[in-house]
Amino acid sequence: MMDENNKNTKSSFITHEEKNPYIKYFRKDRLPTIFCSGCGIGIAINSFLKGFESSELDFNNLSLVSGIGCSSRIPGYINCDSLHTSHGRALSFGTGLKIANPDLDVVVFTGDGDAAAIGGNHLIHAARRNINLTVICINNNIYGMTGGQVSPTSPEGSLATTAPYGSIDTPFDLVDLVAAAGATFVGRWTTAHPLQLSKSIKNGLLNDGFSFIEIVSQCPTYYGRKNNLKTPVSMIKMFKENSINKRRADTLSDEELSAKIIVGEFVDKKREEFSEKIENLSYRESGKDTIRKSAYVV
Amino acid sequence: MTKELFIQGNEACARGAIEAGCRFFGGYPITPSTEIAEYLSIALPKVSGSFIQMEDEISAIGSVIGASWSGVKSMTATSGPGFSLMQENVGFAMMSETPLVIVDVQRGSPSTGQPTMAGQGDVMQVRWGSHGDYEPIAISPSSVQEFFDFTVRGFNLSEKYRVPVVILADEVIGHMRERILLPDKIETFKRVQPNEDPKDFLPFKNVENGTNPMPAFGDGYNIHVTGLTHNELGYPTTINPKVHSNLVKRLVNKILKNREDIVSCDFKYCDDADVVLIGYGAPVRSIMETVKIGRSNGLKIGYLKINTTWPFPEDEIAKLAKNVDDLMVVEMNLGQMVHELERVARGDANVHLFSEIGGTLPKPKDILNRILDLI
Amino acid sequence: MGTGVDMTKEIKIGGFGGQGVILSGVIIGKAAALFDKKYSVQTQSYGPEARGGASKTEILISDEEITYPKVQSPDILVIMSHEALLKYHTNLKEEGTLIVDPDLVHVGVISDFINKNKIDVYEAQVTKLATEKIGLKIVANIVMVGVITKITKLISVNAAKKAIVNSVPKGTEDKNISAFELGYDIF
Repeated sequence: MMDENNKNTKSSFITHEEKNPYIKYFRKDRLPTIFCSGCGIGIAINSFLKGFESSELDFNNLSLVSGIGCSSRIPGYINCDSLHTSHGRALSFGTGLKIANPDLDVVVFTGDGDAAAIGGNHLIHAARRNINLTVICINNNIYGMTGGQVSPTSPEGSLATTAPYGSIDTPFDLVDLVAAAGATFVGRWTTAHPLQLSKSIKNGLLNDGFSFIEIVSQCPTYYGRKNNLKTPVSMIKMFKENSINKRRADTLSDEELSAKIIVGEFVDKKREEFSEKIENLSYRESGKDTIRKSAYVV
Repeated sequence: MTKELFIQGNEACARGAIEAGCRFFGGYPITPSTEIAEYLSIALPKVSGSFIQMEDEISAIGSVIGASWSGVKSMTATSGPGFSLMQENVGFAMMSETPLVIVDVQRGSPSTGQPTMAGQGDVMQVRWGSHGDYEPIAISPSSVQEFFDFTVRGFNLSEKYRVPVVILADEVIGHMRERILLPDKIETFKRVQPNEDPKDFLPFKNVENGTNPMPAFGDGYNIHVTGLTHNELGYPTTINPKVHSNLVKRLVNKILKNREDIVSCDFKYCDDADVVLIGYGAPVRSIMETVKIGRSNGLKIGYLKINTTWPFPEDEIAKLAKNVDDLMVVEMNLGQMVHELERVARGDANVHLFSEIGGTLPKPKDILNRILDLI
Repeated sequence: MGTGVDMTKEIKIGGFGGQGVILSGVIIGKAAALFDKKYSVQTQSYGPEARGGASKTEILISDEEITYPKVQSPDILVIMSHEALLKYHTNLKEEGTLIVDPDLVHVGVISDFINKNKIDVYEAQVTKLATEKIGLKIVANIVMVGVITKITKLISVNAAKKAIVNSVPKGTEDKNISAFELGYDIF
């Protein structure tokens, strides 16, 4: 990770401006990022911004929320209102943000540890409520920020600093989990599928309800180094070779699917959205929508 | 027209919140605070506000912080066990300067303790419960009327200084019914919006009085809010010692330098007193009765009622200690505020503790007997 | 040394959860504070059980502001369960008033205490009357409020009725007022 700490003032770091069409959305004075070279987060950010552009939502209306971990650092680099919260709790902050101002488009960036371990309870309850948040979960199967510990999605047998003999734990399938809890849009892609990913992100953003997009991503620094995947390229290659589309996966047996990454869109359905229900209740009881930005007037 | 009601403390608190401008409540049920959530679940939709029961107290305070950044005055209510769960995000609210109100209706503790009985075991949890240096504001009501008034004041202080404020109540005041007067007009502090152009605005500027205006998400300021140590722009800046020290000192000083505006306590019969009783919250009622009985029997006793448990009224008490031989704090724990008292009295007065745990209010006759032992 | 210097009257009502003991306390407190313009405080204590556990409410009524909100030694003790009688009677003031529902309580077991402390005992069959005359066992608490109003004279009839109407569920006002009057007419 690079040093973010000597960047106290707005600078003019614009090296990649011409090369990256999405650089206009960045807080340029915060670049470079802290992410390791080869980290999948770069692909995740670009795919997100591409998906966001194609959704035709208003960038000025976008609020980003995150918890703690590498992926949770993303909002700090995007030039919109951003709330970098405590570990695991991004969804609860996002819930308050969205309910108190349903006009905002709220996107939550999280990781496997943040969303599925410490924040697992908030994840299932946000999905249950079908609150209109778009969750982008960058799953690298390891704790990167703290230096390579085992996570709730680490495959059995994989090595981590806290699984020196190989993980003996059973990993979560986040797609199954969130779908079962009631999410109305669920997708999964890897960093080897940027185009499909950005399309699913667009679909998630446009879904009026709880959307969950898992990005299986590489952490070359910790996961790769510990698990004999020496380079970012070898990790992306592994994703490409091992992923299998949902439509094909539906025809295969569990045995044939073992160690495969099933990608695609898993849930896309309609169900009444939660902040709308609160609006409706307010309308019924007070004759008005819920009040916006009232702290400045009452 | 002034309205009279005969209601429980918890209802008075909820009504005070609505009057103060609270339009979002996120909570989780816990005895003996639940009536606050129940009342607000009815009342908030009627004033175009939002109510949500979250999945636990951690998410409850998370939702409240989020709602506050959407530009809505926000609150949660809980008791000791739930307040313990909230502590990490109390620190987040301190660091990110998020105005919000937490009502803690204390019960017998530690652990699950005595859900339906009273206690004051959270005094130091309010002071030091989250990690790190911070200056909390906590206000302790000792009547149903005060539970209403102090909730309003809590919101006002919270908005004025951009800090979480704790209304440190207890089961006695929460569940007791008394007559209260709802004032015709209630003064509220409206959140201050920045007037600079977004590109020139430093959201966490090291300003003289410590408190910056606060934009809402969606206002176009594109601010970054983080619990990490941050510079004046709000950007994480975690290994520069000066940035950290400037930030934390500003956050602490914005409270300490405004003590006079925040601290509130009432002295009664202290001028000629040999012994002064000191208390906060429900035991103040025991203290008042004790002084009434004592005075009618010729005992020179007075009392100090502490309204703001934090910041601690140390100047006021230091001054008092110089004029009185004996100070006795009455509290429903095994001695928490007594340590502050000992620190502040600095040998100028003898400091005694009347401690009562078990869930019931200290009895005036027992306090009186302790005083008789002293003089 | 006395415990109180003003003329605060202390009432304690004990029974079990589900009898409406706490509501009866709320009504008495509200009648005094809002409609008779006196000072009053009502508190309650209850166990973890929603139904059937011990339940107690205390009301203090005074012409002056009330400081200590809890009953120290009741002037009036109202008892709706035998358990409550055994638990609370020893604290009753000398020459105090004890009101019981004799169908739920055997006062005989504390006759020594009653004689020694010159306690005034009133037996009011509130549960039976509520069941037979109103057809609703659950208004026994309101019948008892009628009894308390008549015997103690701490609240006015007018204030008691206003407080009842103000406190009971909409649509049940008439039945509750009848229950109050039923109790008021026992003695």
